[in-house]
This record gives sequence, C-alpha cells and structure tokens, in this order.
Amino acid sequence: MSRVFVDGDSVKKPANSRKSSPSLSVGRILVYAFLIVVALISLLPFYSMIMSSTHANYAIATQLNLLPGNQFIANYKRLMGTVNIWRGFANDLLVAVSATVLTLYASALTAYGFSKFRFRGSKFLFGFVLASMMVPGQLGIIGFFREMHTLHLLNTYWPLIIPGIASAFNTFFIKQNCDSAVPDELIEAARMDGASEWYIFHRIALPLLRPPMSALGIFSFIGNWNSYMMPLIILFDNNLQTLPVMVAMTQSASSTDYGAQYVGVVISVVPIIIVFSILSRRIIGGLSVGALKG
Amino acid sequence: MASPMEKKSRYGLVFVAPYFIVFAIFGLYPILYSLYISFTNSNGFTSNFIGLQNYTRLLHDKFFYQSLWSTVVIWIISIVPQLIIALVLALILNEKFIKGRHFFRAVFYLPNIVTPVTIGVLADLMFDWQTGFVNKLLMALHIIKQPVYWFGHPFLAQLIVGGVICWQYFGYNMLIFIAGLQSIDSELYEAAEIDGAGKFQTAIRISLPLLKPVMMFTIITSIIGGIQIFDIPMMVGNAVGNATQTLIVYLYKAGFVNFDYGYAAAIAYATFVIIIILTLISLKVSNRKSAS
Repeated sequence: MSRVFVDGDSVKKPANSRKSSPSLSVGRILVYAFLIVVALISLLPFYSMIMSSTHANYAIATQLNLLPGNQFIANYKRLMGTVNIWRGFANDLLVAVSATVLTLYASALTAYGFSKFRFRGSKFLFGFVLASMMVPGQLGIIGFFREMHTLHLLNTYWPLIIPGIASAFNTFFIKQNCDSAVPDELIEAARMDGASEWYIFHRIALPLLRPPMSALGIFSFIGNWNSYMMPLIILFDNNLQTLPVMVAMTQSASSTDYGAQYVGVVISVVPIIIVFSILSRRIIGGLSVGALKG
Repeated sequence: MASPMEKKSRYGLVFVAPYFIVFAIFGLYPILYSLYISFTNSNGFTSNFIGLQNYTRLLHDKFFYQSLWSTVVIWIISIVPQLIIALVLALILNEKFIKGRHFFRAVFYLPNIVTPVTIGVLADLMFDWQTGFVNKLLMALHIIKQPVYWFGHPFLAQLIVGGVICWQYFGYNMLIFIAGLQSIDSELYEAAEIDGAGKFQTAIRISLPLLKPVMMFTIITSIIGGIQIFDIPMMVGNAVGNATQTLIVYLYKAGFVNFDYGYAAAIAYATFVIIIILTLISLKVSNRKSAS
C-alpha cells in the first residue's frame, strides 16, 4: 500500500509532472497493449478450438472459422462412433479423485510422522525423501512396467493410484506446514488426556493441515487428470482408458475427421476452463504459497 | 522417562512406514530393476545378460543423438522466450497500478493446467497446413500468400513444439516469479524511490538480482522437466527426420512399440545422466557468475 502512496506522490511533484506524466501514460498504454496481446495469444487457441468444433470438415478445410457454426452435434455423433469420450471422462475422474484422496491422506500421515516424532534414522529418512524428489519420473518406467506385469497389475488402476502414497513433494510440502500449523503443546495436552496417537492424528492434526492439503489437492488432481504416459502403458483395454489417452486416440481413429477431433479436444478442455474460472483465485494463491515454501 | 519416548518414537515409524513400503515397491525397486534390465536383451519373453551392449549400442545410435539434439533444440526454443516473457509479465503484474491484475494472471496461467496431450492434439490440428487455423489466419491477414507446410521442415516442426511448450509454461513461471518478487523486502523499493530511481532502474538493480535464486530454481526444474517432454512432441509432428522425437518419445517407442526393454531402460539411464550433467553445468555457471 505504501508504494502506491509514494507512487502517486512522485507524480504530483511539480518538477516531475510535466515530463513524466504524459510519458508515463504512453508507457501505461504500451504495457496494457502488451498484456492484452499476450492474453489474446493465451486465449485464441481455445476460441478457435470451440469455433472449429461447430463446423463441418469441409468448412474447417476451406475457410477461417471465427463464428460458430451448427455442426457440433453432427461432429459429436461421429466422434462417439469411434471413441467413447465420456467413458474416458468417467474413468479419468475415478482415477484422479482416488489418487488425490490417497496421496493427500498418506502424505499428511508421513509429514506428521516426520514433523512431530524424533526416532532413530528420522533425519536420514527425511533426507532420503528430499533426495528422491530430484530423480526424474521416467527413470524406472521400464522396470515399473515389467514389475506390474509380474504382479498382474497391468490393465488395472492400482499402478496409477497406489504410488501416490509415496509422493515426496506432497510430503515435504505438508511437513513444512505441519511444523508450524500443529502446535506441540496441543499434542502433549491430548496425550495427557489419554488420547491415542491415531486419534490425535485424525482429530487434531488432520483438521489443522487442511489448508496445505486443499492447495495440494488441486494440483494433485490436475496432475493425475492430465497424466498421459502412465495410463497409456499400463492400460490395454480401451474401455478402461482415461481421458487424455482417449483424446490422443481420436487423432489416429479419426485422422481426417477434423470436426470430430475438435469436439474431443473441446470435451477435454472446457470442463477445465470452467473449474479454473471458478477456483482461479485459490489455484493461483496455492501455487504462490507453494513457490515461496519451496 | 525413556519408555514413553520410545513408545512415541515407535509411532513415528508407524506413521512414515506406508511411505517407505510403497516407495520401495513402486519407486526404488523399479529404478534398480530398470538398471538390471538395461544390462539384458529383455523383450518380455526372453532375457539374457548382455553386459554393457545396450550402452555401447546407444553410443553408436544415430537416432539417439538425433533425439537428444531434438530435445535440446525444443527445450532451448521453449525456455528462452518463456523465461523472458514470464519475467517481463511478472515485473509488470507486480506493479500495483495495473488494473485487472488477477484477470491477467489467471488468463496467462490457464494454458498450464490444460491437459498437455490435448494441447498437442490441438496444436497438430491448428498447424495442419491444409486445414489448420494458423495458416487460414495468416492468409486472411495477408501475412502469407501460400499455406506454410509447418511439419515439412524439421526446424519449423521443432519451433512449433517449442513454441507450444513455451505457450503452456510462461504463465506458470510468471506466477513463480511474482511470488519471488513479493518476497522482496518492500523497504528496498522505498529506499530506491527516495533515491530517485525510476521503475526500470529499480527492476534492473533490485528486482532482478534478488530474483536470482528463484530464476535458478526455475531453470533447474525446467531442465529436469524439459528433457523429459513427452506428451506434446508425441502428438505434434510426425515430421520429417524425426524432428520432434524427443528422448522420452524415443524411449517409449523402444520400450512399448518395439518391446526392446533392455535398450529402452538404457535410454532412461542415459537420459538421467544427461539431466544430471546439465543440472551441474547450470549450477556451476550460476556460481561462477555470482562469484565474479
């Protein structure tokens, strides 16, 4: 706030006013023009995608479509004839919600264990968690696939959901919060009253950890919802596939049917835009907090 | 005294145990197993120990170097403008006089949460030389007369993939930079204001140097992420000369199209080594700069 005040003050100064005030406004116009151009570049692909999805293949191939057409339903029907996109939507929702709930609960559990208990090797183990964050996800992918084959877990959702229990980033993030958000005195007092350790975690710590968990929850959900490579290699049955794989399938299944492909893209993107426009403040706030902590 | 402490500490282990059990099964074991597979000619049916043969094959594999080159080119095309745009936008949107700051932040960040594969499919559609929106738009604006065959030239194809990745990530980096700017002590700015420093000078002399740790964090995470790009190059292109075949796309094809698991595992380990080398180089460069 004080900077705004200082800012206004300097403009009012007579020595500055004649020169800086007009040049400042030209500068401001340029700045806004830049912001608007970048905003247009950010949004234009989404606009073009929605408009294209409402036109027949002939119109898509021959003209620039800046206004809506009336072929959306026809395109949609052809898409559904080759790829059951809503099945992918439902599968993706199931996987992403389960994986998010599980990773949040398990990460809170691990974070609480590291934050509130000193046990032999706890520092080493936490260092191990931090170090594992630096390992790229694709390093073990061949071994992961072969192991899932041996365990007969291929073509099931387990390999997409269970590994979330060992999320180094989520654990680290919640632990940083747990150190300050859950007071030791509260835990001690509960112990004095004879509460069990599980009761303390579930009834005292978990509610206090809700803010970092909800911020992480959004990003875990987005990450799982968008995940492509894992479902692609783990699932064989087309009816089990998640939305990203289904959208990718439209590219090969209807390679010259542009209208149908556009509809698939729209069905994948529009829900995200709607959810984001409702939750954008929380999502951006959560990301900024995460950036400062990390 | 000792016994309640011991009891407590045992609970600590109970709380962290699920993490390490799952990590051992789904994290560590696959990584070590991959290392073993990389010394075999495993194809799913047979598996013989062949020593370092996969790695010597890798060192003589033209397509591996091509993938490495494509990955690096696409990464550079995406990261350089990405950081510059993100930084400029962060400096602008950190100014309190800008109206609609939240709106702009949200709009710039939106591409980042959209499914990457979907963006890849969309980019492939939009840059199609006959039916794509981009050629139609450029022709309507009289910038080009003939449609451009975007995926016909290797560099153009890499430019598009890099550009799409830049488009997807500049907003994310902008938010990280804004968070970094907001953690800078406002007294520094007030002091600069009193000393008569202009906005531009303040940005160059105060904001940028203090943003360096955040920049380094961004560059290192973008190396780790950028070398592993898969979703978008997988969808965009099919261009001439494997121009958009990145390392991980090559890994995927070796492992899950050709079922050459041993070789795919070797590619994964080679990629890991490349990431480590690039990270160390960038750390060293940044340390040398700060020392001088």
